[in-house]
Amino acid sequence: MATMKFLCDSKRCIECNGCVTACKNENEHALEWGIQRRRVVTIHDGERGEASISVACMHCSDAPCMAVCPADCFYRTEDGVILHNKDKCIGCGYCLYACPFGAPQFKKNGAFGSRGKMDKCTFCSGGPEENHSEAERAKYGSNRIAEGKLPMCAELCATKALLAGDAEVVSNVFRERVAYRGADNAAWK
Amino acid sequence: MKLTRTSTVAAKADKPTLGISRRQFMKNAGVTAGGIAAASFLGTGMMRRAEAKDVPHDAPIEIKRTVCSACAVGCGLYAEVQNGVWTGQEPAFDHPFNQGGHCAKGAALREHGHGEKRVKYPMKLVDGKWKRISWETAIEEVGDQMLKIRQESGPDSLYFMGSAKFSNEGCYMYRKFAAMWGTNNVDHSARICHSTTVAGVANTWGYGAQTNSFNDIQNTKAIFFIGSNPAEAHPVAMQHILLAKERNNAKIIVIDPRFSRTAAHSDLHVNIRPGTDIPFIYGMLWHIFENGWEDKTFIDQRVFAMDEIRKEAAKFPPKEVANICGISEDAIYQTAKMFAENRPGTVVWCMGGTQHHVGNANTRAYCILQLALGNMGKQGGGTNIFRGHDNVQGATDLGLLFDTLPGYYGLTTAAWKHWSHVWDLDFDWVQGRFDSGEYLDRVPMNTPGIPCSRWHDGVLEGKAKLAQRDNIRMAFFWGQSVNTETRQRDVRDALDKMDTVVVVDPAPTMAGVMHRRKNGVYLLPACTQFESRGSLSNSGRSAQWREQVIEPLFESKNDLEIMYLLSKKLGFDKEYTKRMQIDEKGIPLVEDVTREINRGMWTIGMSGQSPERLKEHTMNWGTFSTKTLEAEGGPCKGETYGLPWPCWGTPEQKHPGTQILYNTNRHVLNGGGNFRARYGVEYKGENILANGSYSVGSEIQDGYPEFSDKLLKQLGWWDELTDAEKAEAEGKNWKTDLSGGIHRVAMKHGCIPFGNAKARCIVWTFPDQVPVHREPLYTPRRDLVEKYPTYEDRQVHRLPTLYKSIQQQDMTGKYPLALTSGRLVEYEGGGEESRSNPWLAELQQNMFVEMNPADAADRSIRNGDKVWLEGAEGGRVLVEALVTPRVKQGVTWMPYHFAGVMHGESLEANYPEGTAPYVLGESANTALTYGYDPVTQMQETKASLCQIVKA
Repeated sequence: MATMKFLCDSKRCIECNGCVTACKNENEHALEWGIQRRRVVTIHDGERGEASISVACMHCSDAPCMAVCPADCFYRTEDGVILHNKDKCIGCGYCLYACPFGAPQFKKNGAFGSRGKMDKCTFCSGGPEENHSEAERAKYGSNRIAEGKLPMCAELCATKALLAGDAEVVSNVFRERVAYRGADNAAWK
Repeated sequence: MKLTRTSTVAAKADKPTLGISRRQFMKNAGVTAGGIAAASFLGTGMMRRAEAKDVPHDAPIEIKRTVCSACAVGCGLYAEVQNGVWTGQEPAFDHPFNQGGHCAKGAALREHGHGEKRVKYPMKLVDGKWKRISWETAIEEVGDQMLKIRQESGPDSLYFMGSAKFSNEGCYMYRKFAAMWGTNNVDHSARICHSTTVAGVANTWGYGAQTNSFNDIQNTKAIFFIGSNPAEAHPVAMQHILLAKERNNAKIIVIDPRFSRTAAHSDLHVNIRPGTDIPFIYGMLWHIFENGWEDKTFIDQRVFAMDEIRKEAAKFPPKEVANICGISEDAIYQTAKMFAENRPGTVVWCMGGTQHHVGNANTRAYCILQLALGNMGKQGGGTNIFRGHDNVQGATDLGLLFDTLPGYYGLTTAAWKHWSHVWDLDFDWVQGRFDSGEYLDRVPMNTPGIPCSRWHDGVLEGKAKLAQRDNIRMAFFWGQSVNTETRQRDVRDALDKMDTVVVVDPAPTMAGVMHRRKNGVYLLPACTQFESRGSLSNSGRSAQWREQVIEPLFESKNDLEIMYLLSKKLGFDKEYTKRMQIDEKGIPLVEDVTREINRGMWTIGMSGQSPERLKEHTMNWGTFSTKTLEAEGGPCKGETYGLPWPCWGTPEQKHPGTQILYNTNRHVLNGGGNFRARYGVEYKGENILANGSYSVGSEIQDGYPEFSDKLLKQLGWWDELTDAEKAEAEGKNWKTDLSGGIHRVAMKHGCIPFGNAKARCIVWTFPDQVPVHREPLYTPRRDLVEKYPTYEDRQVHRLPTLYKSIQQQDMTGKYPLALTSGRLVEYEGGGEESRSNPWLAELQQNMFVEMNPADAADRSIRNGDKVWLEGAEGGRVLVEALVTPRVKQGVTWMPYHFAGVMHGESLEANYPEGTAPYVLGESANTALTYGYDPVTQMQETKASLCQIVKA
């Protein structure tokens, strides 16, 4: 059992969007044009202090989306990953209000102009359907966790800025980097 | 809350939408979002490959090793194939270059296996409509047209535009094809990429390539980027760069008119005015000499004519440089100090340095900076010149260029004789293929052809001014986007004027759609490198072998097969493939092509890179260290990954490859070297061989000339050759002895086959002996033109070339803003392929221009407004304004990957059905202007002028 977390090292992130297309590549069956489960956010764009991090669902321990969902569609796996059931989702967008990271995504323009079901990062661990079933692939995308692999975004990160995995392992990696580069260069300064 | 999965039955969709839902959405998006091209459903009669969604999850998985095709870093990956479909892409954590990392393009690589927007079958334009034809008809008609034009106008009226996307074998066979046809009118995008590097750097110390490796940057103490933005153009290189920063506290210095995404990670950023690299470098050298920071021992032993540079640098005191470059005096001092105090330091440059009308001099100036500081030939030092396309290094090496045969042998009769010998052909037969006339005192066989940057001038220029019999009347555009060339309006006119246009490419490309023709255009679908196998060379000269991932999609064919079919039609297939087996599919055997490359490429030591060795490296990439690139054990023990050239001698001699060029701290048999003796042994009576410096283990403990049969005899080493070697080596030198004996014996005595000389700071065969500052043709600083003028107009090879007559017109009144261009991480090159990849296209949907808030406010332009940008020659583009402090006041910047819109008009209707990329936009090059390097004909895309008004 693990507690899965993402960490994006702002000193390593170069805003190359590799994580974004990696997610598209891996979860293509569940994603449409306009739905990006992961995106790169840049501050001070174009001036001294420019810094970027890659953001998706952070799989919070006390997840606000889960707390507010009127349809009770969210659940937490034993790995600490927050997933949701699209069959239960009513597409109300309440989770979007609650989420501090803007992780929940909605179709920008569906075939019938409807908002549709919420979609978000699954930590590449599918959904409530049977592992690797057609239904899982169509609704949630890939299930790398069931294959013993970590999320594609972090696995393909160009500079190893985006880390994913058990919180303890992730923090050990980051701690070692900070030891090399010093506290001043740890994250944002 | 439940903590475990629940399993529920999936609700059935009303109708099967998966897979086509994206296209449906796209259709809507085309209406609502403007920037996205509406996608049509696949045409009738279209064959479709099975898609990943049709493959069950548990189908058996085949794993193929391949290499990303986006840039020249050479990132490896594992492609998963199920039932013949490319279903998965897994990171190669054990790959020494990228350790599994990819940028947006690499992470989206598997989309090549979909290829939804590709040209699916051969087509020709008939009365304005695309008509499907068979391959047989295509080859027949194209071949007949070639022969007709040859009859009427000679072989030089054909133009062979090639590609840095070919495998090494494809590059070689394309160059050979042009030779067999009888023309030097063959070139590719290196002309407009690093041609000035190759010329400038090779003429400084021997080879025009990246001297160290991406991995070696981990060993540096300072990285000096000038005109390079790896965070967008070579993102995985940043892995090594940021490691150097983290582990060694390496300083990152970025010299760029923009505050680039690389500058965001820098310790120092200096935004010089576009086109002022040379004065900036002299400004640094001024401080270096003033403070005695130069490496005197290194200069004395290994550098020729540094005193000439001292004299030139003396003309650039801080005040002068600050004025020319538009920066503070302190910035120059701080840069010089930081780079001098943190050694070894490495210099990295890309298109920002090369794409100037003084590009060759820019690259020499950067080299001279490294020579002054003694940073060459060592770990953590060097000039790390990042190449662009995945195999542009290989394409350059294999002579896919207008001025040389493979291996930089040039076009002299001796060079032709060497290659005729390699090909096993009679020189007279080869010569007989060429036009034997003389034009403007030039002989076609020995005169560089028409460059990639100016093929359109070869079509449009008056016949009398051309050093060949007739204009270009028919051209192949084989894997090259013509929207990467400046002066797009002339490009369009040239496409209109030619008799026939042939596009061989996975995409229709601009050559296929931007013209106004109704007839005479052929689209022949070539497959990608993931549908064929072969080798490629990364920027660090390491070669890798791509396994074939999938079978060619649709009716596309492998490059080698198409070339072979054409050669059969034209009647020289026997000579063309004399030393090659033709496999059961009718394709020349790739490995035989590699072996022929080995047989001829002695100059740069591609001679040791046999297909067997390259495959062994690729299949064992996990055994190589990510820090040293060397294998500590396993089947390739002691060798460097990819056998970076020079990999001297024959494959049997097992040279381990040379990771760091000119490194005297190693034995030649272990990748050691020194500067090359390429320019004779003396200049005006002064010795130019090395002085007391030599590589470890050299028995000649001083400078020495290049090896030949005569030198071996003088040294008494001749009898160490075998009888067979002697028979081949007699009358030859290290470049032309096909036995490899001269290499072997020289190395046995610890000597480098190419000799041991000094690097030179002056190039006596170039228009400027030392790098000279010359203001851009379209300079915003008219006050500097008199002091720093450009060249006189002149004839360069086959084409007249303008300089002064352009610079003397003051255009700054009408066009007050400086204009420069560059790359985006999501797209690559002309962008036809990457804009057709929905995962990438989604991220950059609009062509834009970056402008400073002050310039925008002066024009009442707000962020996101549509604006007209007009270049100094009148080319207009309708783009979005991106108002940002990234560029300083007076400077504007555009990405160059867009095309498919011209002067505000969409060209979408010209695409064959279902092939228009998801994103179309104006080409930056419609607004970009005249300007060519006098040595290489590099185009000027980095320093021009424009005006911007709200649309």
